[in-house]
Amino acid sequence: MNKGAIKLREELLKGMDAVDMLGLTSKPYKIEVELRGKITRDVVEEISRIKKEPDWMRRLRLRSLELFEKLPMPKWVPGIEEIDLEELAYYVKPEATIAKNWDDLPKEIREYYEKLGIPEAEARFLAGLYAVMDSETVYGRVKDALKEKGIVIMSMDEAVQKDLPILKEYFMRIFPPSDHKFAALHGALWSGGVFMYVPKGVKIPEPIEGFFLIGKAYEGQFEHTLIIADEGSYVNFIEGCSAPRFAGYSFHDGMVELYAHKNAVIKFTTVQNWSRNVINYNNKRAIAESGARVDWFEGSIGSKITVTYPSTILKGEGAVSRSMVVSLSKGPVIKDTGSKMIHLAPRTRSRIVNKTISAGGGVNIYRGLIKIIRGAKYSQADVECDSLIFDDKSKAHTYPHNQVDEPTAQVTHEATTGRLSEPQLFYLQSRGLGEDEAKSLIVLGFLSDILVELPFEYLNVLNRVIQLEFKELGSVG
Amino acid sequence: MQTALKVQNLKVRVGGKEILKGVDLELNYGEIHAVMGPNGSGKSTLAYTIMGREGYEIVEGDILFDGVSIKDLPADERALRGLFLGFQEPPSIPGVRFSTFLIAVINKRMGAPDLTTLKDPKKLREIYNLLNEVGLNRSVLSRELNVGFSGGEKKRSEMLQALLLDPKVIILDEPDSGLDVDGVRKIAEIIKELKAKGKAILLITHYARLFNFVEPDKVTVLVDGKVAATGGPELAHMIEEKGYQVVRQQ
Repeated sequence: MNKGAIKLREELLKGMDAVDMLGLTSKPYKIEVELRGKITRDVVEEISRIKKEPDWMRRLRLRSLELFEKLPMPKWVPGIEEIDLEELAYYVKPEATIAKNWDDLPKEIREYYEKLGIPEAEARFLAGLYAVMDSETVYGRVKDALKEKGIVIMSMDEAVQKDLPILKEYFMRIFPPSDHKFAALHGALWSGGVFMYVPKGVKIPEPIEGFFLIGKAYEGQFEHTLIIADEGSYVNFIEGCSAPRFAGYSFHDGMVELYAHKNAVIKFTTVQNWSRNVINYNNKRAIAESGARVDWFEGSIGSKITVTYPSTILKGEGAVSRSMVVSLSKGPVIKDTGSKMIHLAPRTRSRIVNKTISAGGGVNIYRGLIKIIRGAKYSQADVECDSLIFDDKSKAHTYPHNQVDEPTAQVTHEATTGRLSEPQLFYLQSRGLGEDEAKSLIVLGFLSDILVELPFEYLNVLNRVIQLEFKELGSVG
Repeated sequence: MQTALKVQNLKVRVGGKEILKGVDLELNYGEIHAVMGPNGSGKSTLAYTIMGREGYEIVEGDILFDGVSIKDLPADERALRGLFLGFQEPPSIPGVRFSTFLIAVINKRMGAPDLTTLKDPKKLREIYNLLNEVGLNRSVLSRELNVGFSGGEKKRSEMLQALLLDPKVIILDEPDSGLDVDGVRKIAEIIKELKAKGKAILLITHYARLFNFVEPDKVTVLVDGKVAATGGPELAHMIEEKGYQVVRQQ
């Protein structure tokens, strides 16, 4: 294993982990277009016009809008009552065109990324990077070697403008707008994101990163990422999310669609570190064909409210998927997370590990689904949900749901709830560890069995986040 | 002999209830000072209060360590100054490997900013030697801290830490409870070794069984939160023969 790369990764991401500590406050930057108000047919058409889209996409948007208007507001989702869509700008284009060079970006925008250490990271270990600010991609560059291998990678918007034939087959076919009200809203308003196609047998060892930034209050970000991994290919994609602290709130309703063809491998890692002003609904779904593997890793660190359930449809025989989620709710924060695994073919395997930490009044909810249809013979699904609760004010709830119609299939479910106890803290303190150090040791211990399965560079990042987070907690009380 | 720890007229409340009602005690370097007493006499409260456990409120009195009051310091600060408490029942900490814990604790004392990678690799050799000495298998290092440890393993682990961390004052809360004769003998040997190194040892125990293997220099008997008697080893033997009735009658 390349130790150097690991160190660098840690350096890179430490900025992202500590939005506040970097003093990343919202600063004004120039906006070229901003659309807000009632979401009508006209504004959706306007977005499509601005983006110079082919007609099929315009129609997809309008169809999505109709669905959005028809579909009921899901009452159970936390945060719904706080969102007033009409007070949000749902399309914000900063005054910048896609830069291939950081120096070409306006200074105010470039500074954000520099503070987060993104350019440095890109130079050192990424095979490619796309940075989205508000609604538009402001930076995109990939190593030439990737293009030589026939890999297609560009901003989602560019892919649509170019009307790549492959798009129609996949775009919102994995996660249709009819799925729920906010999937429909996404379909109508989506902007920004990354499109990627990896040809047969092509393996990209270095990760590609998509980095999403919300620059100010009262806006919606609806970026869309679509990755198609053709037969036998391998891709490792990292998405990072961040926002400076601002007054008010912003809303994120992004979507990730993954398609792993026969024997392909997709690793999709999210480091979600929105500031405490962001309400984050994220729609993530993958389809895995026979022998394919999809791994979701999700570190849900920031945001005010997060609702996300990475899901995999195991469509082909022997497909495998894992979903590893670490969710931290510290302070007045709600995380409604979980994973869904839909087994449609024989000998498919899935594993969900969900670890939540609730502190200082934070709430974690696990909502999961295992569905195994009749005929998905000898399929296996394992679910592990563990909660660590710091104090009496904090909560963790678990709502697992299994629907197994195949008698030869096996499903296991383990759930534990642990409380940080005073004797544990006192014991560690009596050995010379400070309260914060003791807490982070206990937290890392709690996460230990998931950490060994996370990509190694990610482990370091998480380590640091936890130490920073609990340092802060210690000083709050 | 130099005084290590001085407990002066210590009155302590726990959960609103007064448990220690004015305890005086002096502990010198190179000395084993036994604190005996029936259940509920305040022995463990004394140990926790000296170590600085939250919720053990000092109402009156003071604790001096090397002549300096430590009563307002947090537990970790006391530990770094050289206090050590061997727990009667150390808590389980799931997920945290014994090795991870030891590395964190050693690094902290060496002032390393990172608590996860052993700063001084030579310490590993020392840990191996000490495991051998206290009679623990090396495999214990990869187990979770105190999770599923047998009674004997817990006691040995506490003694290992007392040796490894090299504190000045060592408080041992019932280090022999639940052990068989061989176990008690082993613990006694280690206590003698610590004494020979010049450590100040406060040995808290209900029964005098341990004294068959290691003789205390001084004995203080607590009854109902107060010092009921003080003396030498003969006091311990008397209690073993006749029970705590002896001091209650005095």
